[in-house]
This record gives sequence, C-alpha cells and structure tokens, in this order.
Amino acid sequence: MKWDWSAVADFMPYFWDGLLVTLQILVLGSLISFALGLVWALLMRVPTRWVTWPVGAVTEFVRNTPLLVQLFFLFYVLPEWGITFSALTTGVFAIGLHYSTYTMQVYRAGIEAVPVGQWEAATALNLPLRRTWTAVILPQAVRRVVPALGNYVISMLKDTPLLMAITVLEMLGEARLFAQQQFQFTEPLTVIGFAFIVISYLASLALRALERRLVH
Amino acid sequence: MTSGLWELVLKGVWVTIQLLVLSALLATAVSFVVGVARTHRLKFVRFLAGFYTEVFRGTSALVMIFWVFFVLPPAFGWQLVPLWAGTLALGLTYGAYGSEIVRGALAAVDPAQREGGIALSFTPWQRMKLILLPQAVPEMIPPFSNLLIELLKGTALVSIMGMGDLAFSGNLVRLALQESAEIYTYILVIYFVIAFLLTRLMRGLEKKLKAGAGKARVRRPDPEPKRPETTNAGGAVR
Repeated sequence: MKWDWSAVADFMPYFWDGLLVTLQILVLGSLISFALGLVWALLMRVPTRWVTWPVGAVTEFVRNTPLLVQLFFLFYVLPEWGITFSALTTGVFAIGLHYSTYTMQVYRAGIEAVPVGQWEAATALNLPLRRTWTAVILPQAVRRVVPALGNYVISMLKDTPLLMAITVLEMLGEARLFAQQQFQFTEPLTVIGFAFIVISYLASLALRALERRLVH
Repeated sequence: MTSGLWELVLKGVWVTIQLLVLSALLATAVSFVVGVARTHRLKFVRFLAGFYTEVFRGTSALVMIFWVFFVLPPAFGWQLVPLWAGTLALGLTYGAYGSEIVRGALAAVDPAQREGGIALSFTPWQRMKLILLPQAVPEMIPPFSNLLIELLKGTALVSIMGMGDLAFSGNLVRLALQESAEIYTYILVIYFVIAFLLTRLMRGLEKKLKAGAGKARVRRPDPEPKRPETTNAGGAVR
C-alpha cells in the first residue's frame, strides 16, 4: 500500500470546497426537514381521516423508499413537468423531504409525551386551540425531542454524498472528480472518509452536551 | 414499456434481493459479534468493539462503498466481484448500527437474570447462550426490522458503482425511453412493496421468538384498571 502525501496536499483545496457544499446541504436540509416534519406531525393530529390517511400514506411511502431513487425522480422528472431547479436545490429539497418523514415521528412522540394534565390545564384556562399549541404543547414537546432531532442531523450528514449522483460537487463528488483526473483514488477517498468520522463524532459530542443542558 | 425492459427491471429486483440477503446475513453476524464483544469483561475487547462501531457508524455508507471498490484493490491487491464488494461495504456499515441494537437489548435484560446465572455457576458463555440471548433477541427484532428497511434503501447505493440492481435498471430504462416519470414511479413502488413485505416478515418472526421465550402475548382482561397519567405534570423528561 502506498500513500502519497503530496496527493493529499493537492486535494485539500477541493476538499474545502466540497466541505462547504456538504455543510450547506446539511444546514438547509435540516431546516427543511424540521419545518416539514412539524407540518406532517400536526396534520396527523387533524381529527378527520381525509387528512390523516393521505398524509400517513405519502410519508410512509417516502420513508420506505431509497433516497437515491427519490433524488433521481426529482432530478429527471421535474424538468419533464417544466419545473427546473439547480441540482443543489433539488438535492436539498429531496433530502429535506426524506428526513421530514423521520422527524415527523420524532415530533409525534414528543407531542404524545406531553402529560395529559397540560392539555387539561389549557382547557381549564380556556386557551384557544392556537394558543394551546404554541404556548403550552409545542414548547414542551420540542424541548424533549431536540436530542432525537440531532441524531437525524447526523444521519443526514452521512446521506449527503448521495447528492453526488445528481452531479452536486459535495465532498464525495470533489473526491471522485479529483481521483478520476489524477488517477489517485486512495488519498482523496480516505481523507473524506476520515472527515466524515471526525465531523459526526464532533457532532455527537456537541449533541450529548446539548442533551445534558436540556434535561437538567 | 416493452417486455424486454420489464425483464431488465426483474433482473434488477433479483440483484437487489441477493444483495439484501447477503449483506443482511453479514450485518447480523457482525452486529452479534461486536455487540456481544461490547459486554466482554476485558476492557481491551470492549474498546476494540467500541472503536469499530464508532468508525463504521461515523462514516457514510456511500463513502465506504467507494472505498471498498477503489481503495481496497490497489492497496491490498484484492479485486472483489461487485456483488461481494457491495455486500462487504453494506454488511460492515449496517453491522455497526446493529451492534448498538444488540448491546442495548443485552443491557436491557433484567440484572437479576444475569445474577441468577452467576448463582447457578454458569460459565459466561452459557449465561449468554442460555439466559441473556433468548430474552434479548425478541426485543431486538423491532429495531432490526427498521434497520433492515434502511439496508434495503442502502442497497440502491451500489447502482452508483454500476452494479445492475433495481435503481440501476431504472436508469437504463430512463435512457432507453427518454422518459422518466413512469419508470421511476414503478421503481419506487417496487422498493416500497419489498419494504412492506419485509416488515410483515419481521413482525411474524418477532411473534414466534416471543412465544419461544415464554413471553407470548396472552389475551386476558387487565386485572387492574388503567389510571390516566396526570400525576407527573411538569415533571422531568425521564
């Protein structure tokens, strides 16, 4: 096995570009998944099955099919319907949509974990439904689920390389491009593999600290 | 779509299923070995198992696949058949996730059961085989079922390496027809059907294993009426 440090040095500028794109995908995708997941979770509480059935079916479908095929679907089918986005926008939306079907479950568990007494107190105080949600239920529910949401951010980080398949140049895309131009596969692939481990390890440490702060 | 193209899709389904079964077997083996090793009495073994889990859980499955396809051959002189390369990458990655499930389920067994085994002077291996695992395995099935669905979704990644699985056949059909909505809808539906069948299968397995461990759900009326949960209002999370 031979290891060439000069290839690593050559790769570094591309690595930083890729890292920036990866983090961009991660932040935007997380925001979409947090917002959309909350929307799904709230829609599932609407007391008519005309809403809960379609929402439940669609999210179940999205959750149980591969993100890669969903990316292809959005990337190739949307232009056929006359909607064109850049590859990055499509990818961010796809990853956000995919993960919103997971965060939806997290929110649901958080909402269900709010004690019944809180609902009863809101009724006793004659709070309107809107205030009950925004001032009583959601602040408690979201606080409980922040660690679980963080776990999904870490899994999302590990799914960002899939966007390479639709031509987004994130870390893996940059590494592949560099490898194909220089015929050096070992160094760039190992560097980004290592980078993923470091980032997700740091993120899990940060998450543990956050969890301690929220629980106590 | 013509019948020739459907044949292509069916071949893709077959490759996906082969890959799923093989990597699920490897992942199960890895998760039991590593998960049990994390409860070992030697600190060094626990450290090694923990290190394995951190490394393989920390990196992305797709990066791992690239690594097995491009770095292993020149570095170690192994050129694996694509099916085995995919199996290796997916099995090792998802095995790391599975080892956490095994460790969690073993830790959740009532400590009195372990102490009972010690009191009866079972060897550690007998304790694991006769007491801990039969009780822990049924508890592992629901999380393993979720992991199996994740693995099914993970198998689509090998199509990036040019392996002819279901997602890859979708791309071929798209190129042949110059039309993507129809074929990708079919592909998504096929994946969904496989995932649905897998969850049913795992649910049946769980019921069977629970019955084997003497924990079958027996339908009898609750002896105690359920009390509403109102006492812990405003309490801490756990």
